[in-house]
Amino acid sequence: MKTKLLWLAAALLGATAHAALNVVATLPDFGAIAQAIGGDKVKVTSIAKGTEDPHFVDARPSYIRVLNQADVLIEGGAELELGWLPPLVDTARNGRILADAPGHVILSPYLHLLDIPTGPVDRSLGDVHALGNPHFWLDPANGKIIAHVLADRFSQIAPADAPVFRANLQKFNERLDQKTIEWAKLLAPYRGTKVITYHKSFEYFLARFGLVLAGTIEPKPGIEPSPSYINGLVPRVKDAGVKLVLVEPFRPRKTPEYLAPAIGARLLLLPQSVGGNEQSRDYLGLLDYDVNQIATALKESK
Amino acid sequence: MKLKGSWVWSSALCLAVLTAPAQETNPLEKLHQQLERMQERFEQQQREMRESFEKQLREQQAQIQALKQQLEAAKSNAPPAAAPQPAAAPAGQPTVPPGTPVPGAPPPTPAPKPWSPTDPVRLFGGQRNYLNLSFDALVAGGTSTANDLDRLELGGHDPRQRGFTVQNLETVFEGAVDPYFRGQANVVLQIDPHGDATIEAEEAYLETMSLPANLQLKAGQFVSEFGRLNPTHPHAWDFVDQPLVNGRFLGEDGLRSAGARLSWLVPTPFYSELFLAVQNSQGGTAYSFRNDHAGMPFMGRLSADRRVETLGDMLWVPRYAASFNLSDAQTIVAGASAAFGPNSTSGDTDTQIYGVDLFWKWKSPRQHAGFPFIGWQTEAMARRFNAGAFHWDLNGNGIADPGEMTSLATGLPAALPRETLTDYGLYSQVVYGFRKGWVAGLRGDYVFPEKKALYEGLLGADPDRALRWRLSPNLTYYPSEFSKIRLQYNFDHRQGIGDDHSVWVQLEFLLGTHAAHKF
Repeated sequence: MKTKLLWLAAALLGATAHAALNVVATLPDFGAIAQAIGGDKVKVTSIAKGTEDPHFVDARPSYIRVLNQADVLIEGGAELELGWLPPLVDTARNGRILADAPGHVILSPYLHLLDIPTGPVDRSLGDVHALGNPHFWLDPANGKIIAHVLADRFSQIAPADAPVFRANLQKFNERLDQKTIEWAKLLAPYRGTKVITYHKSFEYFLARFGLVLAGTIEPKPGIEPSPSYINGLVPRVKDAGVKLVLVEPFRPRKTPEYLAPAIGARLLLLPQSVGGNEQSRDYLGLLDYDVNQIATALKESK
Repeated sequence: MKLKGSWVWSSALCLAVLTAPAQETNPLEKLHQQLERMQERFEQQQREMRESFEKQLREQQAQIQALKQQLEAAKSNAPPAAAPQPAAAPAGQPTVPPGTPVPGAPPPTPAPKPWSPTDPVRLFGGQRNYLNLSFDALVAGGTSTANDLDRLELGGHDPRQRGFTVQNLETVFEGAVDPYFRGQANVVLQIDPHGDATIEAEEAYLETMSLPANLQLKAGQFVSEFGRLNPTHPHAWDFVDQPLVNGRFLGEDGLRSAGARLSWLVPTPFYSELFLAVQNSQGGTAYSFRNDHAGMPFMGRLSADRRVETLGDMLWVPRYAASFNLSDAQTIVAGASAAFGPNSTSGDTDTQIYGVDLFWKWKSPRQHAGFPFIGWQTEAMARRFNAGAFHWDLNGNGIADPGEMTSLATGLPAALPRETLTDYGLYSQVVYGFRKGWVAGLRGDYVFPEKKALYEGLLGADPDRALRWRLSPNLTYYPSEFSKIRLQYNFDHRQGIGDDHSVWVQLEFLLGTHAAHKF
């Protein structure tokens, strides 16, 4: 009897040391960083696609099953996924990802958020994010913090693999630091350049690299521009000397394509998420693509 | 016992073979050594982790100290009117590792206003989400060629008068009750065609957050999960009014009642869920069941008083739903439901309703604010209503008195035999969100009886069983996610009555935090 138990114990011990953590990320950006930190010790699934608007993802029932089997759920927070994640988590019946279980990672509390509204907030201001701008992953410094948080959390849940996560974090940090210096150098000559975006989704990127937001195509968050608004916008930003119009590939093209030549600026289609285009396969790839596109465009326009 | 033992043995063996390096026959010694080595390694790893953790903690403490000193120095040098530094990091937060490029000094956030007795008490907002409160108003206006709008439109919240109708004023309370349950309540006010306001406690229930074995329990007052439309509220519909089949079989307010529902997430490689609800079987919201229909005849007979004697006298609603992602952009959800319960005719009679539903959705992988998308939903239902015998000679005097329905042929109070009445119905709707904020829709409704009933032979055709169909094209504009304006045209054909045209304009506004709807 004792020998049978010992066999069973040995087998189970062996088995758990090799099981990959089931990680579910709301956005492919968090998923990409999780993959970099976890390596083959994690199996990462991302719910939103890099090509779509992250505020309006469908809570397809298949994700209930995915969340039911998750060991870790990574969400951005700051009301980014508020429109679609809660019904999925509520029906997932998985205690590991509820509220403040260690398997539930909410990233925004660890970060410094921009655009936190001061004063009373209501919907006459549009669909404003009351807790701050949630598109925070586009600043490589935040990417580093996210990686650190994930490494900590993975190590807490799977302590046996902690050295692996630490080593991967080290590697990730080295590559990211190296790339950040490169990117800063590329965009240094263009600090202070004024740009227009569709929605306030590039705030952290612009803040990091010293570009200035001169206006948005949306008059208010979530509100489509009217022709009269655009007509008012054109002379204003033309005077300001805006050089670039940065728009995600999923936005409607008509208005940006009209606006850019009207104000003498170049229109750039930049993904804001991993998987947003062919070249943005992972976190570094996404930032690399965006930085290089901007640098090239500004170089040519000089 | 022996068989069980050998099963445990062999499975352990299989597991061991997968993980442990290849071993020859049973060397107990080697196993002991392995276990000891693993234990040593484990303890060593623990020690290393603890040490590195403590080292990190010490480094971070030193950093905090240094920053504190800098803060003191900065404060003493700063002008007195400077705003206070942003709040300290929450406990447990890993501080940024040394060497990280720190973003520029955060802009000082304004000092929080001190609380005054005239401030509203906030239960929600910012970081406090004790209660999510929302208010949704649904109003419709329009007209119709029909003079009997209350019979043309079958939904309790449908516009049933020429002019304006306050369809639904819904207040939803929702939130996490405690770590174990989520709670939700829907209280609905509406103003009927007579101008009277009614209030209904539509839903008030608790739902468990994580029970073992992938179960979930819901208990309280709730809408039955029968089909796809019945569990939803009118403000979430894609059309101004309720489909005909829902109105006919599930009643003007849908199938809802107090009870409990257990659901199980089936361990299949795709999403599938099994539901079973047991609820009260009486009242207007158990329309085809123990319902006295406000004293009016239903299926040609008056209602009898039926009590709950056994569990079989409750309303049972089983359901099965499965979902598949046909592609990155397409999803289907298919389901089958049933509702069983007693009804209010004499004898040991019952009603069975069966339904199948299918929902297909395409959403562009490059959606902007959720557009463009196409959704197609179809539901088909069948109802078997076992009606008991009924004699219209209420006072037993053998002659037709007022209030007694008479046989068309004889003019005497009708004696209705026991019979089973089967009716069918379906609806199918397509919605196409072609541009942000714009959705075009088309719905077709069709309801019909299996055959003419015996009681209809005696009393005349029952309009509640007559064949009818409807076609409803519509267009909706959403200025934002929190408001909508809809224009809908209905073409109705009722057998025995004729055709009718109706036009409706609907307006909706939403205040507060409304939980996201299920897919």
